[in-house]
Amino acid sequence: MKREGNLIVNHAVRKKDAMQLVTGQPVYMDDLAPQNCLIVKLLRSPYANAIVQEVNTTSAMRVPGIEVIYTWRDIDQNGRRYTQAGQTYPEASPYDRLIIDRHVRFIGDVVAIVAGKDEACVDKALRMIKVKYEVLEPVLDFHTAKDNPVLVHPEENWESLCPVGADNKRNLCAHAESSDGDIDAVLADCDIVIDRVYHTKACQQTMMETFRTYCSIDPYGRLNVFSSTQIVFHCRRILANALHIPKSKIRVSKPRIGGGFGAKQTSVCEVYPAFVTWMTKKPSKIIYTRQESMTASTPRHEMEMHVRLGATKDGIVRGIDLYTLSNTGAYGEHGPTTVGLSGHKSIPLYGKVEAFRFVNDVVYTNRMSSGAYRGYGATQGLFAVESAVNELAQRLNMDPFEIREKNIVKEGDVMPAYYGQVNTSCALDRCLKKVREMVDWDHKKMVRDMGNGKVRAVGIGMAMQGSGIGSVDVGSATIKVNDDGFYTLAIGAADMGTGCDTILAQIAAEVLECPIDDITVCGADTDFSPYDSGSYASSTTYITGKAVEKCALQIRDQICKLGAKKLGCAPEDVSFDGKWVYVENEDEGAETTADTEEKSARAAEDMVRKVSLVDLATASMCGNDIALEATVTNSSQLSPPPFMVGAAEVEVDLETGEVEVIDYVGVVDCGTPINPNLARVQAEGGILQGIGMALTENITYTKRGQVLENSLMQYKIPTRADIGRIRVAFESSYESEGPFGAKSIGEVVINTPLPAIADAVCRAVGKRFYELPITPEQIATAVIE
Amino acid sequence: MQITFVLNGRKVSEEIEPDMLLIDLVRRMGCYSVKRGCETSNCGLCTVFLDEKPVLSCSVLAVRVDGRTVTTLEGLQEEAEEFGAFIADQGAEQCGFCNPGFIMNALALFRENEFPSEEEIKEYLAGNLCRCSGYEGQLRGILAFLDWKKNKQQEKKPVQGEEKRKK
Repeated sequence: MKREGNLIVNHAVRKKDAMQLVTGQPVYMDDLAPQNCLIVKLLRSPYANAIVQEVNTTSAMRVPGIEVIYTWRDIDQNGRRYTQAGQTYPEASPYDRLIIDRHVRFIGDVVAIVAGKDEACVDKALRMIKVKYEVLEPVLDFHTAKDNPVLVHPEENWESLCPVGADNKRNLCAHAESSDGDIDAVLADCDIVIDRVYHTKACQQTMMETFRTYCSIDPYGRLNVFSSTQIVFHCRRILANALHIPKSKIRVSKPRIGGGFGAKQTSVCEVYPAFVTWMTKKPSKIIYTRQESMTASTPRHEMEMHVRLGATKDGIVRGIDLYTLSNTGAYGEHGPTTVGLSGHKSIPLYGKVEAFRFVNDVVYTNRMSSGAYRGYGATQGLFAVESAVNELAQRLNMDPFEIREKNIVKEGDVMPAYYGQVNTSCALDRCLKKVREMVDWDHKKMVRDMGNGKVRAVGIGMAMQGSGIGSVDVGSATIKVNDDGFYTLAIGAADMGTGCDTILAQIAAEVLECPIDDITVCGADTDFSPYDSGSYASSTTYITGKAVEKCALQIRDQICKLGAKKLGCAPEDVSFDGKWVYVENEDEGAETTADTEEKSARAAEDMVRKVSLVDLATASMCGNDIALEATVTNSSQLSPPPFMVGAAEVEVDLETGEVEVIDYVGVVDCGTPINPNLARVQAEGGILQGIGMALTENITYTKRGQVLENSLMQYKIPTRADIGRIRVAFESSYESEGPFGAKSIGEVVINTPLPAIADAVCRAVGKRFYELPITPEQIATAVIE
Repeated sequence: MQITFVLNGRKVSEEIEPDMLLIDLVRRMGCYSVKRGCETSNCGLCTVFLDEKPVLSCSVLAVRVDGRTVTTLEGLQEEAEEFGAFIADQGAEQCGFCNPGFIMNALALFRENEFPSEEEIKEYLAGNLCRCSGYEGQLRGILAFLDWKKNKQQEKKPVQGEEKRKK
């Protein structure tokens, strides 16, 4: 639906839950769960690869207050395995987990589940469990994992459900190849080929609320799961698979979520309290510590990307050859899918490419399992490809803006590396221009010595993402008219602080011509919400938002139908202006009057034959057979990419190697921003996460394979003192498939800081870095060399 | 052991364990605004006032508040609403999980330093982590609030602020 001058869409209305949040109301899982439930905690493996021989729980069970302790003996080791990844059918992630597996595969893998009346007794019992391990040699280096004689998943009941090239007997979680044109011939013919290997690490989402779930049995004997999750429907399936019980026995709902960023697209912790409650029929909860969230969760896939990027001497990029090696860790959650984005959402930025090849391997290792993190592989791939383009510009002595202006994909272009889709909406050219202006490139392109041992330089990067998964993701909306004519909008998408409840209500209110306060949003609950894949893959605005728009149009029809019945005429003879259903043909002017208030006033004054929405809502509850309720489901074959350009101005201390991002400029094309405030804070937050990944968020391991960065003391997410300015602007294209022209915003925003900062640092110190994060140590060393 | 203290203006007596942390005590007593984001005193989510000074309640033994005064956001609802509205007007509350600790510490800042500079704001609140916002929206909200407060004081026009709050 397109209308000149939206009244609510594209306006910065407050988030519907804002005042509850800023005043600290109890809206999160642990605020709402009853206090007297079983506390569930997990005993974890100290070995990266081992077989659990014996677990002696006798003395632990004697601790007063302990309810139950489960070990591998309580789980059928030959039962069907499951994945914790929240993904739509056909599930790409292999079924490789058991609730407790006798074979533990990383330091932190679950050995026992302990439940007791309080934390103190559970902690005590955990210390008293005696475990005998047969310690095996682990596969820790992902370069040596493929075809390694040591298998992470040697078991026969390992299962891959769809053809993603997985083979557990080769430590392969996935393998894929795609190409267009003769890449070898094109590269051989290029004037210059940049041939480099890039490395990014298993960074943590680090949402402020750790993983947590409360479970209870409802009056019908069903398992009720109340969890901080982005994926209620997938979670229901995952639990049914894990517990081997029918989905009809499970209900999953979510309260407010304290951040997700993809972490909660995997059911990291739900199975444990679910198992305890299902077995004991007693309520239970689990709350991961920060340490568990850092060491036994679902971080970004570590990737190594080998790029060969060929160009003419004039800087026209002619071919890109990318090989990505991805480390999925001990389990395959999101392994087969994340890797695809490293190529499919980086290569298509370059519209003049004559040929590309993209090959990838995803390997199992004995490290923490990886998963979904904002950007989902695109972040890694864009660091590689954009860094290669920056290096190309440097080698050709060209301006990094100008080289991109020559190459970027344009609106209307077919994108062979993006599943052959047409670029339906694109303002990437305008984004480039705007960033150049905002960062004052023409004055700042030269490295500036500040005269105090510090130098300043600017670097840039571009990015794209998707808007949902084409032909896969499903979004739905149910709208119902209530007493007084207010609406209830039920959704299965999950607001995790993104504000989707609000922007979806804005879309509904725009169509229904009512104030946003007249739309009550509820979700997500597998019993009550219409089906939605969940909030991930940048899908909510584009996919669910469109469902809401269509649904609101449909409910308008229903309102008109009931109104016509009351007015004693045909539905096609009436109109609805948000307040009144009135007979249209009596005043032709009514339809063309744009201003709603005026139209309403006209309706009120001039029309004799009209009935108010309030009266219709009342009438719908008495002797009525026309449902004032509608459900619409939406899916899209397209996944129109949002685009972004970012520029980082860094100040490098040549003595200490310290880098400060003093200014970051990001210009985004997300189509129409449904709520400019919320789009802006998404962008600002994403940019800072990207900055963290580029500079401070390191992951290192002991020789035995233990993650060293296991707390916020070691894993350094940026504080407000670490960052200068982040400035965001929008250059909007109009995506006609999206609601009111919108695409997506959530993920694209994390990607540009990685290549932009790496290039700025390179300009400042004269050395290019191919691994993130770029630490002060590396920089200081490079300066000395 | 038994302790007696003032919680949000009310005198209370509680039976506690000697190793209990203040965060666990106030949450047990229904002050759910107090959140735990880490175990290493890094995140600032659990900030409360102890005798009017901001402390991390995860790093204070409950027994130490005996005879003292503890204030959580539940006891500062009016101030939270007044200041929080400016954060909300930026959309910068986002997931909201860090908000109570952040807002407690911001209120503490305003009590110590009525009109802090940008640098002072960043320094004082550096220990309040947020993963959603990139801090820019929070800063805009704080600056807008300070502006409003200054105008209110100088021009004595509270009406403008009232409108803002109700928007």
